[in-house]
Amino acid sequence: MSSGAAGGQGVGARIRRKEDSRHLHGRGQFVTDMILPGQREVAFLRSPVAHARLIAVRKPAGYEGRIFARPDMPEIAAIAAPSTLPTFKLSEQHPLAHDKVRFVGEAIACAVGRTRAEAEDFCELVQFDLDELPALVDSTKARLDRAVRVHEQWDDNLYLTLQMDNGFDECAKRADVVVKREIALSRQSMNPMECRATLAYWDERANQLMVYSSSQTPHLLRVGLARFLGLNEEKVRVVSPDVGGGFGYKCIVFPEDLVVCWLALRYRRPFRYIEDRREHLVAGANSRQHHYSLTAYASKEGRLLALDAQVTVDGGAYSNWPFTIGLEPGQALGNLPGPYEFRGYRSKVFCVATNKPGFLPYRGVARTGVCFAMELMIDAIARAVDRDPYEVRLQNLVRPDQMPYNNVARKHYDSGDYPRALKMAREKLDADKWLERQKRGEPDGRRIGIGFASYCEQTAHGTSVFAAWGLPMTPGYDQAAVRLTAGGGLEVRVGVHSHGQGMETTLAQLAHEVLGIDVARIQVVHGDTGTTPFSTGTYASRSIVMSGGAVVNACKELIPRLMRIGAHLLGCSQDEVKFEEGAVVGPKGRATLADITEAWYMRPERLPADVDRAGLEASVAFKPKVDTGAFTYASHAVAVAVDTETGHVEILDYVIVEDCGTLVNPMVVEGQTMGGVAQGIGTALYEEQQYDVNGQPNASTFMDYLLPGPTEVPALRVYHLETPSPYTQYGIKGMGEGGAIAPPAVIFNAVNNALDPLGVEVNETPLTPEKVLGAIERARTEKEKREAA
Amino acid sequence: MKAAAFEYRRARDVADAVKALASMPGDAKPLAGGQSLGPMLNLRLARPKVLVDLARIESLRQIRDEGDAWVIGAGVTHAELEDRPLAGCAPLAAVARTIAYRAIRTRGTIGGSLAHADPAADWPLALSALDAKLLLAGKGGRREVPAGEFMKSAFATVLGDDEILEAVRVPKLGASAAWGYYKFCRKTGEFPEASAALLLDPERRLARLYAGALHGAPRALDGVARAVAQGGARAASPDLVDAALERVAPGMGPGARKMRAAAVRRAIERAFS
Repeated sequence: MSSGAAGGQGVGARIRRKEDSRHLHGRGQFVTDMILPGQREVAFLRSPVAHARLIAVRKPAGYEGRIFARPDMPEIAAIAAPSTLPTFKLSEQHPLAHDKVRFVGEAIACAVGRTRAEAEDFCELVQFDLDELPALVDSTKARLDRAVRVHEQWDDNLYLTLQMDNGFDECAKRADVVVKREIALSRQSMNPMECRATLAYWDERANQLMVYSSSQTPHLLRVGLARFLGLNEEKVRVVSPDVGGGFGYKCIVFPEDLVVCWLALRYRRPFRYIEDRREHLVAGANSRQHHYSLTAYASKEGRLLALDAQVTVDGGAYSNWPFTIGLEPGQALGNLPGPYEFRGYRSKVFCVATNKPGFLPYRGVARTGVCFAMELMIDAIARAVDRDPYEVRLQNLVRPDQMPYNNVARKHYDSGDYPRALKMAREKLDADKWLERQKRGEPDGRRIGIGFASYCEQTAHGTSVFAAWGLPMTPGYDQAAVRLTAGGGLEVRVGVHSHGQGMETTLAQLAHEVLGIDVARIQVVHGDTGTTPFSTGTYASRSIVMSGGAVVNACKELIPRLMRIGAHLLGCSQDEVKFEEGAVVGPKGRATLADITEAWYMRPERLPADVDRAGLEASVAFKPKVDTGAFTYASHAVAVAVDTETGHVEILDYVIVEDCGTLVNPMVVEGQTMGGVAQGIGTALYEEQQYDVNGQPNASTFMDYLLPGPTEVPALRVYHLETPSPYTQYGIKGMGEGGAIAPPAVIFNAVNNALDPLGVEVNETPLTPEKVLGAIERARTEKEKREAA
Repeated sequence: MKAAAFEYRRARDVADAVKALASMPGDAKPLAGGQSLGPMLNLRLARPKVLVDLARIESLRQIRDEGDAWVIGAGVTHAELEDRPLAGCAPLAAVARTIAYRAIRTRGTIGGSLAHADPAADWPLALSALDAKLLLAGKGGRREVPAGEFMKSAFATVLGDDEILEAVRVPKLGASAAWGYYKFCRKTGEFPEASAALLLDPERRLARLYAGALHGAPRALDGVARAVAQGGARAASPDLVDAALERVAPGMGPGARKMRAAAVRRAIERAFS
């Protein structure tokens, strides 16, 4: 069936991305490239302290139209995202600080100028009075603090508490060994290559607010802008042009968006705000920070029987719209058990308000954290029972004969062979070679270690899953609108947005698979609420399944219509024709798409009398049969060398065996995987926004906030398994996030393997040289103490 | 962020640059490659009224052979030193090659790096170990300062408000000289966490060992240098190195000390390998 496998362009074809040429030639069009007549640039004055009452904001006389504070814009409602989760407390985020500032970098005022520099000059003229309050920095302490509160209308600092107990006591009591660990991840910024950008103006002709935004979710942004600005939705059009990466950072409504739009409405001219890297690092440090207290109950062979978890998510100061702060703890609770078969699970997840930027869902959403916690536990169990972590991992994975499998957190794993991916990862890494080298020792004294990590990734979560997280919006059907053009080309309109995922190519491949049209003749239109069908947008590894499924349905819808016209052109009956390779084929000839579109558009006299009046365009929706998610899974395996004198960790080899169901374009899957792994390496080894006791962030440039670069990301080796999902078009699963999930887990497991002879175990990201050396030093002094005693 | 407004002056020659600086003491700042000053301007951490651009001063771009030494204009870029090995001064190209990334090396200059005085930068460390002299020009004339005495503390040097760094004189090494340089960076192109440089030049009876990436200027570890000059790499025992580091940079945490000691020992090993 697949035309891709045979070297074609359809499902499975390794064709080059259509979007690459413009980006490689620097011809992309980003918001930052746009200059409109009379455009003004907007800069924000941001809070220098983490927690304070805002007493007054004063602007110098004569700057009324240039400097703005919260009282100037009463038309904007505060951002609030109610959740139906029982314990949830609502936070309100004003477009500019209202009564308090709650994190360093929160916007207090804004200024507009002909240039960004001028706008920043004006910001410097603003005076403000702050009455400083103690900062809540440590989430485990803030959870218990009732005296100091981020939101004073609450009685504590808890956004919400989630819990689950499925068969815990019964399973735990059968355990031979009990293993306890404290595991933590540091706070990160997502660092898309392009930071956020918003440009808004009033379009007099359309009588509409026109917004250009770097949003991943233009339709959702429109809903949010209309809601918080008090406009009707049809009076807002959002266009996401080229966008330089999103990763979850660009799928919410930001206060700055509202301010820029308000300025455009008020002054009827274009205003633009471009977030710079300093603002992103300081005011956008909003992800990954989890703390885990875990107790695993296992048999003496290392078979996991039950898990007891207490998870604390550092939620920061505000809950976002529309995903709410509930998404992260919800996923932590539900996804912690991972790809493993066990039947006792007790978990409590706290999401705590602190004086940091509000938590947002970052590529991997909670699963990077839960995979890190779970995979470190599997290795810890193996060490506790004195077995090879690989063997223990293998024996605990859900088996293919159990699929579909309902796990202990009631997740429904649709398909796959989890043990096979792990076995293949070990084989591809050539683990025995590394273990031999480890035994031999390195000439330079470094220590070799290998590690494994397995996970499954819920992708394309549907209505029922989101409904359970209590969000104010729930994704349902995604639609695609397709239109054959004169000459036999195709336009495909989708409501998702592609900003690195390669969907201008992969959606075209899906359309090609159905209609046989050359992908070069397929124009994928996305990112414009004015021209595309509604979709909640690009997030949660959903687009290829949801919008892709809709594209397939819409293309299929055209085929009977094409056959009717084609049969008429060929002078035969419809029963005598079939549709193949982009043409209607009859007993005596072929009617090409060009022939058929010519008839519909230019030569209607050639059409049959009973022609389908819906013509050559169709808009059709898709939603998977079972909407609990298509579960992609993978095992990563890595070999590292640890320098015990400098604390440096070098990745010597990195293998990924992944199964995202049917591959649409393996090259795109590999690119997505590699990009995700690079980000995961950042989580593992480099990235961290540290805060002092006053809530001051330590990193405000890339001098202090390290990202992995080309020399830190090794030549990643990606291998594929292909188990189709039973619930989606062609069996495709989502996979956009997966790469970013396992790297911290696999790298830490490898380092712990390398340093095991020294009695060292590390369990907090990122693994800085100081942490490695500190752990070695602690293990050494403990050993000396033991020997002395 | 974008820089606050400043006046830009392009200096024709050294005298012109000195005159411009002297006319607004403290409010004018020389601009070389701009690889550190550029971001500081944009972050508004540096807010000079006048920026005096040295990049077009031809004399600062010369490299001159003085027989027993090379005189390198302060405006020579890291990339130029990387691409043009200087006879008798092989360490210069080797050090230049490890500075940041090629893009930065193409713009960044040896003089700019020295004048910026980042404690972890390569040139302050390498040139201290190489016993280089820095040639300064100011309103009151010219003077010469040993590289090891140029940097006062982090981001502070002996340069007066009206002075610029004109050139660096690097003595040529003896035929049997040995050089060892080691730096540990968390990632390629970053400033190092720990660094050290050793020059052993028997003909010139020199043994110079410096540790870099400390809180302030690179510091000489003379005792260790003497020990290895006499006893070879093995004479640098962990205890000796630790004690020497504790003297020049007291109160480091165990991790920081370990890293720096490793850099010192590895620089020594490289000199002997």
